[in-house]
Amino acid sequence: MWWNTLLLALRAIRRNLMRSFLTVLGIVIGVAAVITMVTLGNGATRSVSEQIASMGSNLLMVMPGQRFGPGSEGAAKFKSADVEAIRNQIGGAWRVAPVVNKTAVAVYQAENWSTVVYGSNEDYFQAGNWELAAGRTFSEAEQRSGKAVCVIGETVREKLFGGQNPIGADIRIKQFSCQVIGLLKPKGQSAMGNDQDDVVVMPLRTVQRRLAGSQDIGRIMVSVRDEASIDTVQRQLTLLLRERRNISESEDDDFKVMDTRQIAETLTSTTKILTMLLGAVAAVSLLVGGIGIMNIMLVSVTERTREIGIRLAIGALEREVLLQFLIEAVVLSSLGGLTGIVLATTASLALARLMGIPYLFDPGINLLAFFFSAAIGVIFGFFPARRAAGLDPIDALRHE
Amino acid sequence: MRCFSPLIRLAGITKTYGHGQAAFQALKGIDLTIESGDFVAVMGPSGSGKSTTMNILGCLDTPSCGSYQFQGLQVENLTRNQRALLRRHFLGFVFQGFNLLPRTTALENVELPLIYRGEPAARRHTAARHALQQVGLEGWEHHTPAELSGGQQQRVAIARAMVTRPEVLLADEPTGNLDTRTSQEIMELISRFNREQGLTVLMVTHEPDMAHYAKRVVRFVDGRVDQDLRNAEVT
Repeated sequence: MWWNTLLLALRAIRRNLMRSFLTVLGIVIGVAAVITMVTLGNGATRSVSEQIASMGSNLLMVMPGQRFGPGSEGAAKFKSADVEAIRNQIGGAWRVAPVVNKTAVAVYQAENWSTVVYGSNEDYFQAGNWELAAGRTFSEAEQRSGKAVCVIGETVREKLFGGQNPIGADIRIKQFSCQVIGLLKPKGQSAMGNDQDDVVVMPLRTVQRRLAGSQDIGRIMVSVRDEASIDTVQRQLTLLLRERRNISESEDDDFKVMDTRQIAETLTSTTKILTMLLGAVAAVSLLVGGIGIMNIMLVSVTERTREIGIRLAIGALEREVLLQFLIEAVVLSSLGGLTGIVLATTASLALARLMGIPYLFDPGINLLAFFFSAAIGVIFGFFPARRAAGLDPIDALRHE
Repeated sequence: MRCFSPLIRLAGITKTYGHGQAAFQALKGIDLTIESGDFVAVMGPSGSGKSTTMNILGCLDTPSCGSYQFQGLQVENLTRNQRALLRRHFLGFVFQGFNLLPRTTALENVELPLIYRGEPAARRHTAARHALQQVGLEGWEHHTPAELSGGQQQRVAIARAMVTRPEVLLADEPTGNLDTRTSQEIMELISRFNREQGLTVLMVTHEPDMAHYAKRVVRFVDGRVDQDLRNAEVT
């Protein structure tokens, strides 16, 4: 009975090629749209979180003033003593990197490039998740004496050196000459959209003396060993700095301890909302596809009711007719669903490459879209048939 | 009595459409006995209940009241599925409007009842080709109804009815949509099956010319059997 009914169902599909094609098409478009949108959204989210991870993990930023930009200049800068206090008094702080940055033009032979020079210590590389592509970082002695050595980012290397090996070369920054001892692995764009590889890193003391001309420290990066203790360290940092900066209980902080997780969460939640929005738009297209299927199925009910009458008259059992219609609906919607998944995979791969985001296969949305489309096909293919098959054969035959 | 149980026996069959005031009694007590191998033409004006009777005989419709015996089997007690199986194994239908599956070839239309009977593919093809050959449609196997004339479509329908070698052929105005010459060809075909294979034929018609092919003519008037005569011309 199964085999014969399958044969009948396949014959019915072949007999109504246009109707079958339109049914499948409705499902294909709906399924492909939903899966593509959600897959790309997931890719975008992943790409944002990867960029955030490249900023450094479990990282706290300590900055003078309460906010970015104008208004923060008035607040007192940090001093080396603050860095030492943090390093000595806060057990949860793993890496502590004071940072001073100045924009400067770097010159090598005929090439020059305007970049940002960071002054910091050895911890800067670990806290900032930097890896070396070549060479080395600063030695203890170089840091202490403020020697003119630097580690450069990929962008700076490309602009100044082109194809040449930068290690050991001397570049000129402002009026002093500086030896390149290391090259950083590229990190790409930051979550904010700026080029993270456009950097020159020198020992803190070198920058303070030769570029900034002061003992001030712009900000302090504090990396925490394990994620669970971030909140504790943040609290301890605030207390310690309030004490060191003589802030009375009634006054607000004149510095800010920022948790990179918060930035990460904000950005990730934004892309997640966008993904959901795209998904919702795509879900509407799935629904429209479903309504298209419903239309096709209902329009063909007249013809199919007579067909059911004929089948019943020549001796088909009600359940055989129903099974045939069920198989038809399942075959068409599965075909549409699978084609939709294939199409979505192809489109997502191509678009992900175009947009420069990773392709992430999400089995959940594939299954969801597939079963939703199957449900639509089965509901609208099967239920009108069930009503017709329940009629007396003569009523089904006479149906106009 | 048991040995001479007739093929079909209707007793006091009534059929009422609607309820209460609007109720309309299409059949007001039909008594009819049909022997195996007979060729019965059912005649009568429109609304006399001849098609309703035919549908009840074919288990396509259920009577409101009365008794219907098929080979001694009490049909009114059967379930929907049992009636479907009765149609599958003992009855063949030919309709005025042909009722072939659209966009389906003649061969596949004829195969259809065999598929429901669960015949294997090879036997099905042979039987279907043979049936088409018998109705003179050799070479038309792969044409769809839209590509066939009315007479040819009715031949396909007859082949579809005959392919299962049924006990009874029920034909509801089989020539109603056909011209005179084609009608005569169809009638020749049906009476040949009756003569050569002993097929019992029940045919509704309102054309006296067609009734001449039958051995017996039953005339309905107003939901009752009015006249029941043997055709003198045909033996």
